[in-house]
Formats: sequence, structure tokens, C-alpha cells
Amino acid sequence: MHFLLLFSRQGRLRLQKWFTPTPEREKKKIIRDMTAMVLARKPKTCNFLHWMDLKVVYKRYASLFFCLAIDDQENELLALEILHRYVELLDKYFGNVCELDIIFNFEKAYFILDEFLIGGEVQETSKQTVARCIEASDMLQEVNVFNVLSTLACC
Amino acid sequence: MSPSVRLQEMIRVIRSARTQGEERGVIQRECAAIRAQFRQADNGGRSHNLAKLLYVHMLGYPAHFGQMECVRLIASPRYNEKRVGYLGAMMLLDENQDASLLITNSIKNDLAHSSQYVQSLALCTLACMGSAEMCRDLAPEIDRLLRASSSYIKKKATLCAVHIVRKVPELGELFTPAARALLAEKNHGVLHGAVILITELCERNAQTLVQFREAVPELVHIMRGLVTSGYSPEHTVAGISDPFLQVRILRLLRILGRNNDTASDAMNDLLAQVATNTDSSKTAGSAVLYETVLTVMDIKSESGLRVLAVNILGRFLLNNDRNIRYISMTSLQKIVSTDHNAVQRHRGTIVDCLKDQDASVKRRALELSLALVSAINIRSMMKELLLFLSTCPPELKSHAASGIFNAAERYSPSQRWHIDTILHVLITAGADVRDETVPNLIQLITNASQLHCYTVHKLYRALVADISQQPLVQVACWCIGEYGDSLLQGDCEETEPIQVTEDDILDALETVLQSHMSSPATRGFALTATMKLSTRITENVDRIRSIVSIYGSCMDVELQQRAVEYNALFKKYDHMRAAVLEKMPVMDRSSMGQTNGESGGGGVQELEPTKPKQPEMMVAPQPASQVGGGEGGGGHGF
Repeated sequence: MHFLLLFSRQGRLRLQKWFTPTPEREKKKIIRDMTAMVLARKPKTCNFLHWMDLKVVYKRYASLFFCLAIDDQENELLALEILHRYVELLDKYFGNVCELDIIFNFEKAYFILDEFLIGGEVQETSKQTVARCIEASDMLQEVNVFNVLSTLACC
Repeated sequence: MSPSVRLQEMIRVIRSARTQGEERGVIQRECAAIRAQFRQADNGGRSHNLAKLLYVHMLGYPAHFGQMECVRLIASPRYNEKRVGYLGAMMLLDENQDASLLITNSIKNDLAHSSQYVQSLALCTLACMGSAEMCRDLAPEIDRLLRASSSYIKKKATLCAVHIVRKVPELGELFTPAARALLAEKNHGVLHGAVILITELCERNAQTLVQFREAVPELVHIMRGLVTSGYSPEHTVAGISDPFLQVRILRLLRILGRNNDTASDAMNDLLAQVATNTDSSKTAGSAVLYETVLTVMDIKSESGLRVLAVNILGRFLLNNDRNIRYISMTSLQKIVSTDHNAVQRHRGTIVDCLKDQDASVKRRALELSLALVSAINIRSMMKELLLFLSTCPPELKSHAASGIFNAAERYSPSQRWHIDTILHVLITAGADVRDETVPNLIQLITNASQLHCYTVHKLYRALVADISQQPLVQVACWCIGEYGDSLLQGDCEETEPIQVTEDDILDALETVLQSHMSSPATRGFALTATMKLSTRITENVDRIRSIVSIYGSCMDVELQQRAVEYNALFKKYDHMRAAVLEKMPVMDRSSMGQTNGESGGGGVQELEPTKPKQPEMMVAPQPASQVGGGEGGGGHGF
């Protein structure tokens, strides 16, 4: 996988994950191109596009477009499943996830993604395991924050 | 006020900005505040400030001043600060930034941390943005983690190793033994990572590939277990047991079985089993079947298995899901040359897909249909293709037209059929054909001497009906110029007789000359055709003379030149007119020096007839060479 983008119907970027080193300017250009291409697609077309030498798999969930760029030899149908799995994970975490959840809790969206994909590959194929790991990390974070606050309170 | 609310508060404020300018103002203020905070000592809110900066970065604003803060936060002992620090590193730092090297030491320490969640952060970041140097530094650590740690860490370490191998292929040797051992793992996450790692190693190193061929039975065993296992709440997706893992194993098997009979034999039964037992009603199952088909076609599989694979693709063509139809056609396209007969069996379904709603599916169907045309099915296929041409989206018209021409060229059952087909294309999609179509068609027509009468009748009818399609008009003008006498005769056994008078013909040509729809090249054709008719018709030669003299003062230089020359032909060289405007000989393609594929450079192309006599006559009388030397020889050629 080369990159994963989430953007709204108005083309506002909500999440970007790059799996190959890309200069900042090129990232901006790619985001512009992808957004333009995907938003221009008619509703009843298939979910696959060709762009440069990559295959782009995209799917719309509510008001967000999920867009994944994969190599020529990767399996597009599986890429659709990967996108779907990520949406399910977000849904489980936020409970009926919507775009606002991802806007106001973008760092959590990234944390969830980082428990599901690493280095452009799927790291865990079990939904429950990913969910459990996120929960545990969150717990650890709460404990940490509590400790920090109590330290500050003592000063 | 709890720190995280400050982040959400900022997001709210930014979103409520009504204009781009207002948003920029808000963000500038926030960034200034964040910068100030970064310079201060630790105040417990560092992670939230960085998170704010990351949000601002996502909106597209510069955030490079946060890089050092990331480095600092990563080195913090607090988990929440590390978490945001590493996130920042993945978003703001990549291997091209100098600051990225500064975190190498922190990563190294965190890889050995007591908490697996901290280790996980380090592994994730290394796999995301680790440079070659960092990878070299930390590879031994990763290898250690591969061998002795919890499943949670092992699966991440495996993918980290994948990243390292991609960045520094020589390090592949370091990971090979561990990778082999990981195949024995039961944990799906680790197994999945192991299969990816082995795939990477085999793709980069031929010896490793040979080594891992021995693992084929093990892989087959794992795969079989997945296919036959029942429902598992952890891994089942739409009735398929861990499709992610299945697809990766199939891909690895593909690489191992390629060009190797033994390995391919060992996986034959398994592939047949997967192909027959996988339910393809949902995407997950289709993904597995698709990967199976790709594997079967790429390894040395038995013919029975190949047919099974092609049949799966054929079934996909009938699927309701357009993604699956699209995938099927892409795959069929790849194998149509090697397994032509197997794909031919699905020709009917493919041709039906020409009528699909989806433009991508239509395009694929067109390419496949063109690949499937053969001498046997040419007539029925051409009917479908011509029907498609009349209704297809404009971006496909040109491709379809040239495909039809190529097919007609190779397989036409008769010359008349060939000419009819080309005419049909010119009428339907005349604007989208390539330039060399016109000379090619003319050459074809001259070769079909017994069809001259038929052709000129058809073309005349088409011309009278519609003069907007330039290639059609050009060919029609040329033919009328050449074979106008057949047109006047009125009867032709192959088509309905019509009464055409000389005035009718000249009217048609004049309409073309005067129409604003005609391109300059087309008018050139029309003018020359008019001139040629002066030797084919008997009564209206004066009319031709007057047309020609009018164009002697035409603004278009080409037309003017022609008109002037033709005028001269009437006035001073009337005795040569008949010989100059004789019928063109049959054109041999090789003598034209062009083939179907090369560009003719526009409709008005020089055509050298094979008669040597003409040039001699033109050269002999001195003034004649001023008449654009080679009229009827090389000159304008028409």
C-alpha cells in the first residue's frame, strides 16, 4: 500500500497515512489529484481507478471517502475488505462513528489505524484483538494522565 | 479545564471560522501560542499542544517547528506523551528530514521497554518512517524481538522486518532463519506477518526463494486448515476464514510455484479445493477466489485447473457486483493470449458487458471483445461491435473504431463486407477515426475493382445524407471523382438503382465545397473530384470550368493553387487533360511506402501511382513543370 486518505465530500482532508516517503509538496499534489478524481466519479461506477502506475481503491461511507492506493500486484477486492475492516474498527470504538468523531478525535483514528496496519500491511486480522489492544493502550494513557495530574496537584 | 478539551475547543473554533482568512488568523494565533509553549518547560500539556499542531498540519498549514518537539516527547517517560510524540514523528518526520535520526536512540530504548505498548509504538514508527540507516542500526533488535516475545510484539516486529528488507535488501539474510521458524506460529497476526516477510525475502533473493520452496507443503497445510475450518468469531468474514491470511498465502504460493513443476504440483489439489469450496457471494470470498485464479494462471498448473480458473472468471462476469465484473475482465484480458480457447467460451457474456452501465466495465469489455475476434466469429462480433460503436461513450469511440478496423483488416470474409464495415464506421463515428483511415480505405476500394460501382453508389448516398463526417466526405468525393461515370450509369447489380444526373453529382460536390462544415482538406478533395469529372461526364463541363475558376481566387492557398492549376489545364493544356485525369491505377500498399500502422499525415497524402509515363509527359514541355509538376504523377495525386 502506498497511502490511505480520508476526505469529505467537500474535499476536506480528515486523515492521511503515507506508507512511502513522499515530499510535502508532492503529498499536497497527490491529495488534490485524488480528491478531484474520486469526487468526480459517478455513483454507479466500480470502486477501482487507475492513477499513474497505482491502483486506487475507494469507497464512500456516509460523508467520508476512504481512498487506498495499492501496487499493481495487490488484490483490489481485498483492499476493499481492508477499508471495510478499518471502518468497522472505528465504528466499534466510537459507537456509530460519524465524520465529526474523526474530526474531533483524529489522533484516536490514527491510533486505531496503527493497531490495524503497520508499514503498509495488515498486522492483525482479528477485529476483537485490535479492539482489545486499543482499549488497553487507552487505559495505559488514562493511568498516565492521572499520574501526571496528581503530580501537578501535589506541586 | 482538562487539557484534551483545549484541543477539541481549538478544532471547534477553527471550524466555526466563516472564511479562509478568518481560519488562517485563528491558526496563526494558535501556532504562535503553541510555539511559545514549546519553548517553556514541561507543563503537563505538551502532548496536547503537539496534537493541536498535528491537526493544523492536516489542514495543510506548515508545522515543521514541531519536529523537535516530537523528538522531545518521544524521549519522555510518560506514555501519553510518547504516544503523541511518535504520532507526530510519523506525520512530520520522514527519512529525508535530519531530525529523524535523532529519534533512533529513543526507538532503540523503547524497543527494549518493559511495556509492550511502548515497544509497539517504537516498532510502528520504525516501520513507518525508518530510514536505511536507522534500519541498519536497529535490525539486530528487531531480529531479537522476532524470536522471543509475545505474539503482540512478534507480529509488529515481523512487519518491521518487512520494512527493513524493503529499505536494505541485504539485511534479508539476517531475518531468513527467524522467518522460517515463524511459519509454525498459530497466531494469525504473526502468521500473516510471517507470510508477508517470506514473500519479500523470496522476491528479492533467488536463493531464498529456492530455500522456501521446501515450505510449500507447510503452507498448503495451513491453507487447507483455513479453508476447512468452521466459523471462528475472531477471524471469519462473511463465511470465509481469515480472508486476509488466505490471500497472502496464495500470493506466496504463486511466487514459489512460478516456473517450478514440483512446487506447482504440490499445490495443485489445494488450489482446486479453494476454487471449488470458496463461497463468492460476498467480496471476501471473491477476493480469495480472485487471488486463487491469479495463482493458478501464473504457476505451472494442470490444464483442468486452468479451465476451472477461467470458469471462475466467467462466473464473476455474471456477478451483480460491478467490482467483481471489472476484476474478472481485467484478469481475462491478461490471459486471453495464452488461454484463448478457454476465454472464447465466455465470449457471449463478455459481449453482453459491452452494454454495462459502468464506463470502466465497458472499456474492458471492448478490449476483450477485440481480442476475441477470430475468423470464425467475425460477422457476429462485428455486428455487436458496430452496435457498441453507435452507443458508446465518446472517450471510447476512437479506440473502438481503430479496433474495428484492425479486426476487419485481419478477418474480413469478403471485400464487400470489408468496405461496408468501414463505411458503417465512418458514418457512425467519422469524427473519431485516425487520419490514415482515408488513404487506407481508398487503397482498399481501388483494389476491389469489381465493387467500384457498388462503392460509389453507397458513398454517393451517404454523402447526400450527411456531409459533416470529414473522413467519409473525403472518401466519397474521391470515389465520385474517380468513378463518377459508373454513378451516372445508374444500375449496379449489388444495390438499388437510382437515377443520378450530372447536375446532381456536381450539386453534391459544390455543397461540400461551400459548406462551412468542410475542412480545408475535404474541400481539396472535392475540388479535385470536380475537376476529374470533367473527363468522365459529357454535358456539364462548362459548369466545372466555372467552379474551378471561382476557386482561383479562394482565400485558402491550397485550394487557390489547385484551382489555378486546373484552370491552366483547361485553358492551355486541354489536349492533356484526359490523360492527366485518367483513372488511378490499383494502388499497391508497399508502393505507397506506408502500412496500416504508420501515420499517413492527413488525408491529402501523396500517392505515387506506378505508371512511369505520366511524369515524362509533364517534364517534356517546359511550361508544364510550372503547373505544380507531376499532376497525376506525384503532385496532388487526385
